This record gives sequence, C-alpha cells and structure tokens, in this order.
Amino acid sequence: MSSVHEVLQKNEGAILSGWLAEMAASTRRSDLMGDTELRQQAAELLRLFAHAARNSSDTTSEAFSATREYLREIAKSRLDQGFTPSETAMFILSLKQPVFNSMRDELESDPTQLVAEIWTVGNALDKLAIQTVDSAVEFRDQVIVRQQQEMLELSTPVVKLWDGVLALPLIGTLDSARTQVVMESLLSAIVETNSQIAIIDITGVPTVDTLVAQHLIKTITAARLMGAECYLSGIRPAIAQTIVHLGIDLADIQTKAKLADAFGLALSRLGKSIVTAKPATNITSKPKDA
Amino acid sequence: MVLKSDVHPIKSADDVVRVRQVARQWAAELKFSLVDQTKLVTATSELARNTLEHGKGGTMRVEQVENGPRRGVRLTFEDNGPGIPNIERALQDGYTTGGGLGLGLSGSKRLVNEFEIKSEAGRGTTVTIIRWK
Ligand SMILES: Nc1ncnc2c1ncn2[C@@H]1O[C@H](COP(=O)(O)OP(=O)(O)O)[C@@H](O)[C@H]1O
Ligand SMILES: [Mg+2]
Repeated sequence: MSSVHEVLQKNEGAILSGWLAEMAASTRRSDLMGDTELRQQAAELLRLFAHAARNSSDTTSEAFSATREYLREIAKSRLDQGFTPSETAMFILSLKQPVFNSMRDELESDPTQLVAEIWTVGNALDKLAIQTVDSAVEFRDQVIVRQQQEMLELSTPVVKLWDGVLALPLIGTLDSARTQVVMESLLSAIVETNSQIAIIDITGVPTVDTLVAQHLIKTITAARLMGAECYLSGIRPAIAQTIVHLGIDLADIQTKAKLADAFGLALSRLGKSIVTAKPATNITSKPKDA
Repeated sequence: MVLKSDVHPIKSADDVVRVRQVARQWAAELKFSLVDQTKLVTATSELARNTLEHGKGGTMRVEQVENGPRRGVRLTFEDNGPGIPNIERALQDGYTTGGGLGLGLSGSKRLVNEFEIKSEAGRGTTVTIIRWK
C-alpha cells in the first residue's frame, strides 16, 4: 500500500477538509459532538491510518494496532455521546470519497494501478468500520448488562398482602443509594395504604453487612414512628450467624425465618386467624341425590 | 505459601460489590461451607467499604494460601488514605467517625481466623484477613 500512503501524506490537508465536508453534508450530528472534537478525531485517525498504510494493507496486522486501538476509543466515546454504531461506522466510511478523490488526481496516468489501490484502501476502511461497529456493539452490551443489574437492584415492589399488611421483598445488593429509595417507598406506601404492619423480607439479599443492617434498622424505626409495626423475615441460617458475629443487635426487632411466618404473625396481630376449611373430599364424595 | 493471587481495585460502590463476588468465588473454589463463605464475604464487604469510604479508595489482593495441610483465602485491603490514629479504639464495638454502626472492623475480626491491621497516620491502612477451610 506504499503509494496509498504517499497519496495520503501528500494530500492530508485536502483529504481532511474533504472528509469534514462529506460528513457535514450527510452524517454530521452536531447535536452530539462539537466541531473541534470532530476535527481532532478525524485528523488523528487520518494520521494513524496514513502511518499504518505505509507498512501494510492488512488492518489486522501489527502496523494497524494503534489505529485499531484509537477506533476502540472512538467507539466507546461515541457510544457515550449517543451515536448509534452505524453512525460511528459512517464516520469512518465517509473518509473513502475524499481519499478516492485524491488518488484519482494523483494516479490519473495509471488507471490499472488506480483501480487496484482504490480497491485496497476501500477494503481496509470497510474492515476498520466493521471492527469499530463490533467494538461499539460490545460496549453497548456491557452497558446493557450493567443496566440489567441496576434494574434488578431497583425491582423491589411494595406489595399488599392483606388489608393493613404490606410486604417488601428485597432482591439483590443493598448497599447503594438506591436502598434509600426502596426504603422511602415502603414508608410512603405505609402512609398511602394506611397499613399497620409491614414485613421486610430479605430472602433475596445475598449479603447483610453493617450498612444493610443500619438501613434496615433505620427503616424499621421510622415505620414505628409512623405507628406501623415492622417485621423482618427471610433471615437464612448463614446470615443469622454472620449477623451475630458482626455484633448487630436485632433484639428489638421482630424477626421470622420465613415470610409466611411473618404473615401469620401479622394476621394474628390484626385479630384474624387462619382456619382449615371443611375437607374438600366431604363435598365431592357426597352422593348427588343425597 | 501463596498458591495464586490477584488484585482488584476498590474505587466505587460497584467495586465493593465486585470484590465481594471475588471473595465468594475464591471461597467456593476451596469448597468453603455456605456459612464460611458468608462470613468471608461479609468481612470483605465491611473492609472494602472501609477502604472506599474511610481510606478514599484502594485495592484488594486475594490469595489462595496453604499452611501445611490447610488451605485458605487471604485478603489484603490496602489504601493510601488518612490512616487510623488509634487502632485499639477503632477496633472497639460501636466506634465510628463516619456515622456507621462502628462494627465493621471489630465484626470482621470475629468473622475470620486471622486478622491483622497496620496503619500509619497520613500514609494509609492495610488490613489482612485469612479464613481457613
Ligand atoms: N481504611 C481505613 N482508613 C481510615 N480509617 C479507617 C479505615 N477503616 C476504618 N477506619 C476507622 O475506623 C472506624 C471504625 O470502622 P468500622 O468498624 O468499619 O466502623 P464504621 O465504618 O461503621 O465507621 C471508622 O469510623 C474509621 O474512623
Ligand atoms: Mg466500616
């Protein structure tokens, strides 16, 4: 790709302004990126590409490693800025036209070589664009995984088990600022539904450390101040032992191993009791004409 | 003897969750019981959060160690933060300078088999724990 490299170096300025003009006419997203940054990115990529093209036309080769690395950075930063992967690909592909223009001017006298070189450089830019799309997709997948984790942490609905009884089944890690949100939503649900009893179930919480315990204690104390009783359920044996070793004092808090037990306690507090209905067999075995 | 080791950054609340998962994986690899895993993971959570919040961030080194027939997980939490001026006091149940429960250091100590803390004012803090299988 030696002559490509010469053409690129000799016409760097013209190619760069041609490229920027090309983007301005089609794929420019000035809402997402300012002119200065775009010009810097384009100039740096063109410089790296020209440099790499001196030694190789294979975009997977060592010569292109700096170019590939830079394109990964671009894929990442553009994703953060809100570009789609195809918009990022277009950024690279729109370099073709100004490069082809310069090559046409330089290699006018030798059409065979011109075609060969255009094919080579076009091919290289296509491959780089594809690699960049791959990187962008990879980064986007990482974002999705992170968001899924965050949603899991957020998915803690307050459910009404019975008139006057709420439950908050907590799921996931509890040590972020979100805990605050979850606990506040329980307190406001207590007010809204005028509930007397709230059950916080921690079956789905993998780790109960002093910070989680502190949040729980604060919430339970606040619920009491609002006139509601609060039970803690879902304390697995391993967690119970750990809490004891940590020295956390839950003696003031009504705890139950299972949510069902806590619910039973809540019902009896409300003066309800669970009775077994008359066995169903008595009804079905009854002769029709009895 | 150290059989293998790895280092993880503790720079954000997400990292605290991550190093907890690391501790769980290394404990599970040695077939720790669920209770022992939970103890190690909980101590990790406490010490990693101290590294982040009191120590202004740092690292956790995780090692699989061997002592005769025993194997265990050694965790070293290191930061270059303000240090702990009075370690004895910091190790008292309920002592906190930050509005926590003040049970992180003392509680972690009870959750593991070996516990060592080194700190120098203005230089930083290193806490090393081992939980044996
Ligand atoms: N890595 C550290 N760097 C500086 N100070 C620390 C560090 N770890 C613990 N401390 C000090 O020791 C005290 C007790 O820690 P801990 O028992 O975990 O309680 P808490 O974190 O709830 O305050 C902290 O309040 C803090 O002053
Ligand atoms: Mg602490």
